[in-house]
Amino acid sequence: MGTQFWIVQAFNGVSYGALLFLVGSGLSLIFGVMRIVNLSHGSYFLLGGYVALSVINSTGSWALSLPVAALAIAAIGIAMERLFLRSEGFEILRNAVIALGLAVLVALALKSWKPNIVGTGLEFAVAVAIAAAILYFALSRISIVPIEMDVLRQVLLTVGFAFLFQQAALDIWGGNNMDINPPHGLTQSIVVGGLYLPLYRVFMIGMAVVIGIALWLAMEKTRMGAAVRATVDDAQMARGVGIDTNRISMFIFALGAFLAALGGVIGGAFLGIYPGLDFEMLPLAFAVVIIGGMGSLGGAAIGALAVGLADNFGKALFPEVSYFTLYAPMVLILAIKPTGLFGRE
Amino acid sequence: MNKQLIKIMIVAVALLALAVIVPRSGSFVVLLATRAMAFAILAMSLDILLGFTGLASLGQAAYFGVGAYLCAVLATKFHFGLGWDFWIVVVLGILIGMALASIFGLFAIRATGVYFLMITLALGQCVWGLAYRWNSLTGGDNGINMSGRPNFGLDLSNEVTFFYLVFAFFTVSLLLLYLLVRSPFGKSLSGIRERELRMQILGYNTWLHKYVAFIIAGGFGGLAGVLWAQTNGHVSPETVVLTTSVDALLMVVLGGAGTLIGGAIGAAIVFGLREYLSTLVPWWQYVLGGVYVLTILYLPTGLIGIPERIRQARGGTSKKTSGSGEAKKLASVPS
Repeated sequence: MGTQFWIVQAFNGVSYGALLFLVGSGLSLIFGVMRIVNLSHGSYFLLGGYVALSVINSTGSWALSLPVAALAIAAIGIAMERLFLRSEGFEILRNAVIALGLAVLVALALKSWKPNIVGTGLEFAVAVAIAAAILYFALSRISIVPIEMDVLRQVLLTVGFAFLFQQAALDIWGGNNMDINPPHGLTQSIVVGGLYLPLYRVFMIGMAVVIGIALWLAMEKTRMGAAVRATVDDAQMARGVGIDTNRISMFIFALGAFLAALGGVIGGAFLGIYPGLDFEMLPLAFAVVIIGGMGSLGGAAIGALAVGLADNFGKALFPEVSYFTLYAPMVLILAIKPTGLFGRE
Repeated sequence: MNKQLIKIMIVAVALLALAVIVPRSGSFVVLLATRAMAFAILAMSLDILLGFTGLASLGQAAYFGVGAYLCAVLATKFHFGLGWDFWIVVVLGILIGMALASIFGLFAIRATGVYFLMITLALGQCVWGLAYRWNSLTGGDNGINMSGRPNFGLDLSNEVTFFYLVFAFFTVSLLLLYLLVRSPFGKSLSGIRERELRMQILGYNTWLHKYVAFIIAGGFGGLAGVLWAQTNGHVSPETVVLTTSVDALLMVVLGGAGTLIGGAIGAAIVFGLREYLSTLVPWWQYVLGGVYVLTILYLPTGLIGIPERIRQARGGTSKKTSGSGEAKKLASVPS
């Protein structure tokens, strides 16, 4: 194990950390602003990769797939946040969405039990419409129970969505392991001091640095950023001085989903895109958030670097306990300083 | 008091019915019920933490996992636990669960709310990481295949015999846990759940109470793991993965936290979905996700709480106020 080994492993670790920063920073901001533990964050990563695949397949443009996938998933994030993660407003739309979802399930069940009644597409649509109307009527008479203050129920709700997204991805894109192929220019290697470094990993680091700086500027130098920081520090007080925390949490949730999906597109080129990737990324993203401290951008950057390096060196040096060496520090940090290295209470 | 007696009678009758009906319902139902009951022990152990102490653990699969791996490793590497010594494995499984919980508890118990959730998640991931990567011991991603079940006069490879064994373990666990929560110790746990500060002021060592509850839950988790390994005949990192812990949480919340039997009902329903529905339709996971979402949105007190909710809705209070009242009540329960 010469210096070359250390340099290559460190480089790989840093570039993996760059990817983890994209996933973790959004999760960290969401937690900081809304105090929501979002377990569907891994799904945003996976869905981002899948949407990018579809864009690439239909247009052939990798560069186009980045913004399209990220914006599409940000829209899903907004819908989730508005309709389900807060109880006020949009009751009609929420009931309509739930009724429609349940109605489709009812119709699907009818289709597999009694194909002679519900067989054709038209019959299916009629069944959905009837069921949705009945269910909507029923749902509008029951009130939902607010979940804003209850961490456990937020966790289970977002897990439920993660399962729904998983099945939807399986139905739409199938169960095969797929790869996102970046443009030819990015697949080459550059030689630095006798070392071959894949250009794509350099690109990943560059992308994370650019996004990190942009986020930092937005948080530190703009009015919106100041409002976000105020909300992280003390949401009640921020509301008290007239900051619209409701709008901020929507914005941050969208941003978090956007960044995770971007990570999915970028990471899909070397991790691949496959069912189950969502729940593989999720604990890693949490490790980033916890080590850095929830709600802190700088913390997320440090946490991402630490997790990226620990993951790479762990796998190279002591493969049998590599994940243990990743999560054990997370436990220690939580036990000693629960707010993370850079988090504020 | 009388009401409590009626509830006990209902549970007893239901258990009796289970013991009579299931073995006559075909091998698939027997298998499903055996699995659900092994997992129900895990769910009930989690309910001690979640429902009675107010600690939402996201890593209960860790104890389940060490129990299962212990059983599998002993059976395949040392040929231990295939005869009467199965009972030793059961005891060891409980002990290893308790031992692990006594270590993990040192880290976790001080944390509260979301930090407790996160630290138990991290601890669970530590165990998962070892199971996934420590190839020489755990077989890595492939896991461990066990050959056959123990035979000590009773041949457990007979599905019905094994069902009765797991049924016995389940019933005894339910009874022990019920006695635990009715004991003065259990009452003080509920006190901690309602308001920890008040218990501290009253002179209770709340840390120690939570720590002991954590260890007891770990022991039952280990027991559930041993039974699960024998039920399944196969142990893999899937046993300790994050979704297993989350599933256990859902079972408790779905059935009704703080009721013990709720966890068992939840386990039956989730297993029914996972194992039975998945053989019927390819889109079963929509139903599972839907159950998660709907339970959280509409059933804060779980299935067991439905009669109470209906009574409240009919009790003249307007929908809005009863909703927020429920929320207030629940906000004090978990987290």
